[in-house]
Amino acid sequence: MSDQRYTASEMMTIVAARGVTNHTVCFVGIGIPSAAANLARLTHAPDVVLIYESGTIGAKPTVLPLSIGDGELAETADTVVSVPEIFRYWLQGGRVDVGFLGAAQVDKYGRLNTTIIGGSYEKPKVRLPGAGGAPEIATSAREVWLVLKHSKRTLVDQLSFVTSSGYLDRSDSRRARGRGRTTLVTDLCVMRSDPETNELVLSALHPHVTVEQVREHTGWKLRVSDELTISDPPTENELYVLRDLQERTLRAHDGEAVNE
Amino acid sequence: MAEFCNLRDAVSALVKDDIMIALEGFTHLIPTAAGQEIIRQRRRNLHLVRMTPDIVYDQMIGMGCAKRLTFSWGGNPGVGSLHRFREAIQSGFPNHLAIEEHSHADMAARYQAGASGLPFAILRGYVGSDLPLHNSNIRFIDCPFTGETLAATPALSPDVTIIHAQCADQRGNVLIHGIIGIQKEAALAARHVIVTVEKIVDSLNAPVNACILPHWVVDYVCEVPGGAHPSYAHGYYERDNAFCKRWDGISKDRELFLAWMERHILNTGDFAEFRASLEAENHLDLSA
Repeated sequence: MSDQRYTASEMMTIVAARGVTNHTVCFVGIGIPSAAANLARLTHAPDVVLIYESGTIGAKPTVLPLSIGDGELAETADTVVSVPEIFRYWLQGGRVDVGFLGAAQVDKYGRLNTTIIGGSYEKPKVRLPGAGGAPEIATSAREVWLVLKHSKRTLVDQLSFVTSSGYLDRSDSRRARGRGRTTLVTDLCVMRSDPETNELVLSALHPHVTVEQVREHTGWKLRVSDELTISDPPTENELYVLRDLQERTLRAHDGEAVNE
Repeated sequence: MAEFCNLRDAVSALVKDDIMIALEGFTHLIPTAAGQEIIRQRRRNLHLVRMTPDIVYDQMIGMGCAKRLTFSWGGNPGVGSLHRFREAIQSGFPNHLAIEEHSHADMAARYQAGASGLPFAILRGYVGSDLPLHNSNIRFIDCPFTGETLAATPALSPDVTIIHAQCADQRGNVLIHGIIGIQKEAALAARHVIVTVEKIVDSLNAPVNACILPHWVVDYVCEVPGGAHPSYAHGYYERDNAFCKRWDGISKDRELFLAWMERHILNTGDFAEFRASLEAENHLDLSA
């Protein structure tokens, strides 16, 4: 990247944050999704409602949580409800606009794997943490935003396991109730799902990134939108607020960095 | 009716080999002291249940207490993987661990069904997921009214549930606040309940709608200050993030793990001694 003002990782978080519109209700996963959602809240979307699956509704953390159930989330929330309530009334009840998730692997239909890498389910090469809240977030949120680092190991043609989908079948346009479009933000680009085929299509490049670079790091045969754009570089304010947030977070967690 | 006793006696009275047991807590109020007491008493063949198995389940699995694990997300929050859990699944050490895997929404619904005395839970879940292919306890039914296909899973009713809470009053009524997670449902779904608390107080001074487990649904209340460490107890202490990070290194290596467990858990009599043993090690590290 020729612009030294910011890193690819910062660009990813900032572009994901720009996707969060004010007054929307976001169900937020830990890590980069949480960083992006809070950056949005601290910049252009002060009235965004952040829900974490630990039951905190309207959380306004001053530092990023290290885990999904940090006390900071409870202390700054409008209300804290039980785990069954958050999944029943608030998520499956259809009150969530955007599900904001990460994953170990994603395929071209925006399906996610957080279960195993390699081997079989019974005898995996690498066992990952598992589903958590994602299968029902992917099913119930009106839109899903995914954030992950771009590589052939993460954007794959064939998932080792489909943990979360939201689609009844790949390339099947029959969606689960509620499931709308999917947006994938990486450190290279933005992909949006085609409403007809559900396939993720390259729709915007980060500055100084080429289509060839994206193709080279993508595990499936990439489709490029006819209306491909280039995202604006980070503004001074976006960078300042993000770095300030991360710096505060680092200090608060005894120097332990927030997991990406 | 709740009885007050020490944790050793409560565990020895209710936690037997081969039972189904849930030690619940959603990143907050994890009943760590109780899990470690189960390790000390060398229980075997347990069917462990937990939405979010973390460090204390890693310890129990690594020490061979479990034959089966029912869960929805297994990790060291904010740090990464659980190495003992991974090694048990990937290479069957120290023993084969059977797993039954669900999603959070499902596990929560299963506890609710158990607490409600219903045979199964329903949810709008698992659409397009591979999980039902590997778990015969996830099935699908058609709604008798709308025809919509919904996921159905059996109610969870552990033989014993153990939770940690902030305080109990003199009669054994238990107050939980902050992130209350799944504790109430897990307790009400179980046949027997042990609660460890930070403090036994004269009065809970709680608002009328507070999350309270009445004394008559609890078997044993044990006062164990700090009993959720390295997790936190809202209003009492914060999470020990540095320890969570250190656990990654301790648990990565079999031998290191076993030596650590022997030194700090098997060779200590209770949780207070365990904390003192950790403290002594920290001092050594600092002065080294």
